[in-house]
Amino acid sequence: MAEYKLLFRNIDEPDQHTVKGYESRRGYIAWRKALTSMKPDEVIAEVKTSGLRGRGGAGFPTGVKWSFVPKDSPKPRYLICNADESEPGTCKDRVLLERDPHAMIEGMAIGSFAIGSHLAFVYIRGEFDYSIAIVEKAVEDAYKAGHLGKNIYGTGYDLEMIVYTGGGAYICGEETALINSLAGERGMSSMRPPFPAIEGLYGCPTIVNNVETLACVPHIINRGGEWHKKIGTEKSPGTKLFSLTGHVNRPGNYEVELGTPLSYLINELGGGIKDGNKLKAVIPGGASCPFLSADQVDTPLDFEAMAEAGSMLGSGAVIVMDERTDIAWVTYKLIKFFKHESCGKCTPCREGTKWLTMMIERILRGDGKEGDLDKIADVCDNILGRTICPLGDAAVMPIISVLQKFRGDFEKHIKGKKKIEMEQFSFA
Amino acid sequence: MKTQLTHIPGKPRIKAPGAPEVRVKILNAESVAEIQKQMVRFPIRRSAILPAITVANRQLGYLSAEVYEEISEITEIPVSQIAEAASFYTLFPKKPRGKYLIMVCDNISCALCGADAMIKYLEMKLGIKRGETTEDNLFTLGTAECLAGCSAAPMMQVNDRYYENLTPAKVDKLLEELKSKE
Repeated sequence: MAEYKLLFRNIDEPDQHTVKGYESRRGYIAWRKALTSMKPDEVIAEVKTSGLRGRGGAGFPTGVKWSFVPKDSPKPRYLICNADESEPGTCKDRVLLERDPHAMIEGMAIGSFAIGSHLAFVYIRGEFDYSIAIVEKAVEDAYKAGHLGKNIYGTGYDLEMIVYTGGGAYICGEETALINSLAGERGMSSMRPPFPAIEGLYGCPTIVNNVETLACVPHIINRGGEWHKKIGTEKSPGTKLFSLTGHVNRPGNYEVELGTPLSYLINELGGGIKDGNKLKAVIPGGASCPFLSADQVDTPLDFEAMAEAGSMLGSGAVIVMDERTDIAWVTYKLIKFFKHESCGKCTPCREGTKWLTMMIERILRGDGKEGDLDKIADVCDNILGRTICPLGDAAVMPIISVLQKFRGDFEKHIKGKKKIEMEQFSFA
Repeated sequence: MKTQLTHIPGKPRIKAPGAPEVRVKILNAESVAEIQKQMVRFPIRRSAILPAITVANRQLGYLSAEVYEEISEITEIPVSQIAEAASFYTLFPKKPRGKYLIMVCDNISCALCGADAMIKYLEMKLGIKRGETTEDNLFTLGTAECLAGCSAAPMMQVNDRYYENLTPAKVDKLLEELKSKE
């Protein structure tokens, strides 16, 4: 298993972001095929066969998610593309948005047809000014070319698409928070059930999919679910985009077959560790995933193998740390992020992330006390599984893993009173 | 682009008898027109809050209670709902800032590649601490959580543009360029 360019096949073409360029490379053929020759159920069945799993982090089977939308509901249905990419270390969706936006639009159109939606949203994070401009232009061009709008391809099917920009909140990448944000409320998550597929945006059935997930859909419709299932591993089929960052020689976004060993990504594609240093730790799926130690570097990059290794595939943000890295300092950077981004709805997350930040900061200042690490573990335990949305879990899972694997890094600060110069960090 | 499908008009705001009329003074005609355009794009009017405050923020650079009143006046959405949403998001500052807002990412991937040193360098160059604005009101320096530029770390955002793979020399050149525009 190695590099496999499916979504990234055309991103280096200079005109791929235009509707003409996209059409010239078999673009919108899948949308036409789905709309003119398939029934919505057939589209869902094809995606189910493909085994495609959500690429935003949770890895839920996309076809199954789509099939949850009630068929007999008289309410309108909505499809939302989650382009609120903000998991620390993740920068893959931005590449798709800027260089191949029509792949996402086509995937959204097919998905909307499958669930019977006539209004789709692209929820893009507000900081992406450049991406927003590209996507807005792409949607406008797709309308002009007849791929969106009224009576598409003469079938009588209408589909409208709105580009919606967020206000800068990590939590809005969580689907219920995103839906609340889109409805004009504060971007706070809601209790599930009811799941958005039953009761989502404006109380209507809603499907939220990641950019990368939707960009896979046209390929599946073009070549069939069976074809897609053959790529990758049995339970994690397909390719996946990985953002390789940190201490590597060639950081960047790479597309590999699922099941490719992590070491291949770091050493072959990323050119190994910077300055010839040794590897110390890797976060395989973004800031919410538990750390892997250097001896786990051969773990295959797929959902099952990562879970077995005690971590998660997450959003595919591979953050590499070399031997000189102080993991206690890294943990501080992570927890201060979650403290900043906690929406404040659930007490364990709101208060817990704040106390964790303060405790870890104190340890780094050289004022750590005996028993601090147990107290941190205790706070983590009181957050884990006790919040409405996964942000609470995401905040503490990496900490729990570093307390097991890199406890020495913290003890160095506590016992040796090793000091790090701390900066005032907050600015809102 | 016309996207009005199932538009349910929001209830007009009920004004207390004798309550003073709020007239739109701060927002310019262009912003008002843009906000009015946003109002009819969505199935429910409340969805237009975020686009409306984005428009106001683009014009003014920051938001205030007076601006919420004006948006409410234009959209007939209760001012409480507007303030509620606006106060949640980090992209809408509540106090004036410099002409150029420099946001340096200091999250994990950038931090591993020297973001903290880059922030210190900017503090030294501009003579301000993070969170502060230069005396000539040209630059405000801040830190941002992950901006999805991780593979080109360290990076920063200056107003609506990304600057990646930062080095002190690149920062010097950019600051010179921005200053020379004045």
